[in-house]
Amino acid sequence: MKAFTKVTGVAAPMDRANVDTDMIIPKQFLKSIKRSGFGKNLFDELRYLDEGQPDQSCEGRPVNTEFPLNFDRYQGASILLARENFGCGSSREHAPWALDDYGFRAILAPSYADIFYNNSFKNGLLPVILDESIIEQLFNEMYATEGYQLTIDLEEQAVITPSGESFSFEVDEFRRHCLLNGLDDIGLTLEDADFIKAYEQKRRAEAPWLFDTIK
Amino acid sequence: MAGKTLYDKLWDAHLVKQRDDGSALIYIDRHIVHEVTSPQAFEGLRLASRQVWRVDSVLATPDHNVPTTVKERASGVEGIEDPVSKIQVKTLDDNCDSFGITEYKINDRRQGIVHVIGPESGACLPGMTVVCGDSHTATNGALGALAHGIGTSEVEHVLATQCLVAKKMKNMLVKVDGKLGKGVTPKDVVLAIIAKIGTAGGNGYAIEFGGQVFRDMSMEGRMTVCNMAIEGGARAGMVAVDETTINYVKDRDFAPKAAHWDAAVKEWINLVSDDDAVFDSVVELDGSAINPQVSWGTSPEMVVDVNASVPNPADEADSVKKAGMERALEYMGLQAGQKITDIHLDRVFIGSCTNSRIEDMRAAAAVVSGRKKAASIKEAIVVPGSGLVKEQAEAEGLDKIFTEAGLEWREPGCSMCLAMNADKLGAGEHCASTSNRNFEGRQGYGGRTHLVSPEMAAAAAIAGHFVDVRQFAKEA
Repeated sequence: MKAFTKVTGVAAPMDRANVDTDMIIPKQFLKSIKRSGFGKNLFDELRYLDEGQPDQSCEGRPVNTEFPLNFDRYQGASILLARENFGCGSSREHAPWALDDYGFRAILAPSYADIFYNNSFKNGLLPVILDESIIEQLFNEMYATEGYQLTIDLEEQAVITPSGESFSFEVDEFRRHCLLNGLDDIGLTLEDADFIKAYEQKRRAEAPWLFDTIK
Repeated sequence: MAGKTLYDKLWDAHLVKQRDDGSALIYIDRHIVHEVTSPQAFEGLRLASRQVWRVDSVLATPDHNVPTTVKERASGVEGIEDPVSKIQVKTLDDNCDSFGITEYKINDRRQGIVHVIGPESGACLPGMTVVCGDSHTATNGALGALAHGIGTSEVEHVLATQCLVAKKMKNMLVKVDGKLGKGVTPKDVVLAIIAKIGTAGGNGYAIEFGGQVFRDMSMEGRMTVCNMAIEGGARAGMVAVDETTINYVKDRDFAPKAAHWDAAVKEWINLVSDDDAVFDSVVELDGSAINPQVSWGTSPEMVVDVNASVPNPADEADSVKKAGMERALEYMGLQAGQKITDIHLDRVFIGSCTNSRIEDMRAAAAVVSGRKKAASIKEAIVVPGSGLVKEQAEAEGLDKIFTEAGLEWREPGCSMCLAMNADKLGAGEHCASTSNRNFEGRQGYGGRTHLVSPEMAAAAAIAGHFVDVRQFAKEA
């Protein structure tokens, strides 16, 4: 996994609550058996004026010029400013894959849906939780300032604005550690293989039906 | 010390290791796999030269991409017309074959929607931890299990280690007492709960559904409710074990037998929250006050009684919520104040992991029996949740009732719930749907979904618009 230490980049808005993962990446693109290439279809139904198809080039598709991610000022953005309950709905990991592939490294929102939040960390995408009033302030500053950039420092657990104002954020120690070091958590879990085997042995004695084979 | 909740008990029984950093390793008893969220996980295993830790704990089936017409289904995976869908289903077959995983392939009579076949086969049992790369895995919580959706990285993690790295969730009790009125269904109960707590209300929680309404509810009804825990923000929903649970599980294919059965039942009857258990949050509803529900907007919390009108954003004080309502009205092509029963409908979908079990089929058939689909409804499809549900329905003659009423009887799969196969809405079309999500574009590009119970969808198919099914039954 890609490590995340400190990122500075242009912030772009996704200014609505309850953005669901169907909106982040519509279902027709979930037919891919790959992990990459979803960026061009991120927010497909909002970015384009026609219905996108898997394996289709997006060049020449009619673009929705009213959708902020299509504005010149937000090109190259790597930080997404969002509202509450971002990433609700389907558990599709294609959502963080699409955000990552597009170029986003971090999201700032007051809250996230649980599964999306979890999936993001597995892909080097940092979902930062900040108080609603701070998010509101960042939205206002971003709208007022073209080229508005934020710095997100995971080591220090801080979001820093262009004026130097700093907001601290909380993140689980385990997730922070994995993200800072780009660690593969399967490898970490397998270091505890003896614990897993011991648990299985105990459980098999107590509840043998749990180990019946599915055929 | 306070007693334990059902969730506390399930968590404790599966704790492999508590780590110093606050995370924990949780053992997974059952892993259900489908074609959409697994290919990248199997690829990850291959790239790292890893094996599946416990192959006998995994059950796979294709459901999202499978066609539901007899014609397209006839020649199995080779007959899938959409080449991209075909590759995905084939990839699941290949992965299961090469890793030795049991898979109910496309035309196996046991194939079906993952969340239908888990409980139906007895592969998912009380007291288990159940995961699947699908957010509606909470359905299995109806058995008194800890069941939730996971992402593809976690699918790979569970395949490789039989464990999840997790952090304990908080406990929420949603208590619904009283007695449901006639024509009011488990779907209406869960929609009413989501309307009350909101789509983010359960974030960070495992929900236990308790109270008289759930004690009186059938297992399939409890599955409908737990299925939609995620629409209320909670990854896991569950119902305590009682006699209804035990009777449901008994004699299923993979249910324990003989001495194992007796030992299992002895363990399962303890799968209830202790009387002195403390919940972090308690939400109460009066079951007798719940009416048939219809969603009007693009979020599952945008729900009202069938006899109500589309709400007015001007009445909403919160500016973000208000903007969401305005956008939803525009997308749905509705006006504030419009009566729900005046919404013109184009299509009807009866199916999905929420409402495609035999009781749903029976309930819908009872409403359409002897009647005819409204001419204004372009298409009304009934999609059973599994091959076994289909067989049972046909044995009861339900398929004939549907087709005589002008509804189409299909092959099992996820179908128009998320339109990954050919079953979808056209732009601007309104659909009465028994599925679980009314997000923009969910059932087809530009499609407009209204979430309802199977009874309400069936009545809408006949009337051509929403009707209060309680009234509808009287007129019959």
